[in-house]
Amino acid sequence: MSATIVRKAAAEPRWLRLTLTAVGLGFLFFFLALPLVAVFSEAFAGGWGAYREALSHPEALSAIGLTVFIAVVVLPFNVAFGVAAAWAIAKFDFRGKSLLITLIDLPFAVSPVVVGLVFLLIFGAQGVFGPWLSDHDIKIVFALPGMIIVTLFITFPFVARELIPLMQAQGKDEEEAAVSLGASGWQMFFRVTLPNIKWGLLYGVILANARAMGEFGAVSVVSGHIRGETNTLPLHVEIVYNEYNAIGAFAAASVLALLALVTLVAKTVVEWKMRQETEMLDTAMPPEKTE
Amino acid sequence: MSRSIRNVLSGLLASAFVAGALPAFAQGSLLNVSYDVARDFYKDYNPLFQKYWKDKSGESIELKQSHAGSSKQVRAVADGLEADVVTMNQASDVDFLVEKGLVVKDYAKKFPTNASPYTSTMVFIVRKGNPKGLQDWSDLVKPGVQVILPHPKNTGNGRYSYLAAWGYALKQPGGSDKTAQEFVGKLLKNAPLFASGGRDATTTFMQRRIGDVLVSFESEAELIAKEFGKGEFDVVYPSLSILTEFPVAIVEKVVDKKGTRKQAQAYLEYLWSKEGQENAAQNYLRPRDAELLKKYATQFPAIKTFTVDDVFGGWARAFPVHFKDGGTFDQIYQSK
Repeated sequence: MSATIVRKAAAEPRWLRLTLTAVGLGFLFFFLALPLVAVFSEAFAGGWGAYREALSHPEALSAIGLTVFIAVVVLPFNVAFGVAAAWAIAKFDFRGKSLLITLIDLPFAVSPVVVGLVFLLIFGAQGVFGPWLSDHDIKIVFALPGMIIVTLFITFPFVARELIPLMQAQGKDEEEAAVSLGASGWQMFFRVTLPNIKWGLLYGVILANARAMGEFGAVSVVSGHIRGETNTLPLHVEIVYNEYNAIGAFAAASVLALLALVTLVAKTVVEWKMRQETEMLDTAMPPEKTE
Repeated sequence: MSRSIRNVLSGLLASAFVAGALPAFAQGSLLNVSYDVARDFYKDYNPLFQKYWKDKSGESIELKQSHAGSSKQVRAVADGLEADVVTMNQASDVDFLVEKGLVVKDYAKKFPTNASPYTSTMVFIVRKGNPKGLQDWSDLVKPGVQVILPHPKNTGNGRYSYLAAWGYALKQPGGSDKTAQEFVGKLLKNAPLFASGGRDATTTFMQRRIGDVLVSFESEAELIAKEFGKGEFDVVYPSLSILTEFPVAIVEKVVDKKGTRKQAQAYLEYLWSKEGQENAAQNYLRPRDAELLKKYATQFPAIKTFTVDDVFGGWARAFPVHFKDGGTFDQIYQSK
């Protein structure tokens, strides 16, 4: 008898369930599906030919190239930093650990425009190092190095944030076993740690990549908007739109939207792989091991 | 497909090169930092100059362009964006670079016609057939008329619109600063919102269909026609409007460092040549050349104009009086 009461209390009336589902789906439709459809319908408003022409314009191509280039440069740094930081935080105890975690989160908390301005204040002509850089003819801001630096800053937390909980959950038993069996540090890393975190790492890289390619605010401040040279895809979208070239703007935007879709699919695949692996681990684990 | 991949790759390489700031390309290359919608003009102008310069000096020159909002652009130049020349849509932006010691104080005298190779003016864009019969500024302050303009305090178009209305009121019989301020106050009351820029104002008017009249540059009307179609609106010329100048200047520090003074000088001077002037006319900007203005008379109807210098004593004076904190705009807006 008590069981039926519990079930009744947990079950919402039918109309409420339907309303909530409708609200949820409606929200999805208006905020996700509709904008996506709008981007593509605007991009193809002039037909396939106009779309192709907009994307094969030298300035659009160079924007795509630059965006990819920045991501390719930034991601290895992200991997190295993310793994090192997560390793230190998950496997060791030391003073200032919580401070380090806070610092890693800093780029999430700071507005991207402020990030750009900060680097402008450091490397700009009126900034701290400005005169010295100018004397030695080194260009940081309004050139590729500055754009890479701000993107690096913005995307720093993704890999580490993804790996820290994963590594903490895995503990250090397996690494200790490897070392006690005579493995060197690198052997342990490549044979034990890396295989354990590979899906988490990939997940972090995918997120960092999406952010690196889509970043607007910080890059806009330090880019200088030189066409065919320091214009990334998001900046290209804005400038072309401001020139009353809707097809060009939305064609470029559609490339970014496609990238987002690819990211989503890749993310889902990785998530699925990760779940599979943890399930396998759970079933393979003998019950006594759960101390 | 493979060709576009190759293009992407060469784009990559090119950007990598520039990033390394290899001095090999520093010679014979100019960076022109300009305002938002100047691209169409310079896209046509640059090849003209490249040909002219090749014939004259035998040197091939690379011309690079940067476009964004004009105030943002001059900030970037002050912060180290290495522009050889700036081509702006408002003297107050170049004045900022004078303040920073990057442009000479008397830059307006370094080139003919106030260093502005072409001009434009503020006009009214109204709905097809002009249903509200708006002919002049005095019609815009009537009750029930909705006026769309960009924010007068922080956009170039907005400031020009504001000063145009002010100057019109001032030149009416019995006009004084007091009546002008009242007049502009009424005009701003008719603005349901302030757009964040020229483009935003156009979108508000054309796409969201808000307002009866859009105050904008004459040259902008053509861009709007290009996107939305000529038959979608009418252009009305008021009895009196403001002459908008587009000052150009050499960035002293940069040309000295890069050794490009000669090229930069020629690049700007050529704007006043027959070819440069004709290019302006073709881009719906009023050329300074009187003969060409006559040739394109149907495109540029005669309109009585005044300049910021005539009525307001130049931007250096107009700016603090009207647009700094506590200026006339703030006074009007706070009492609204």
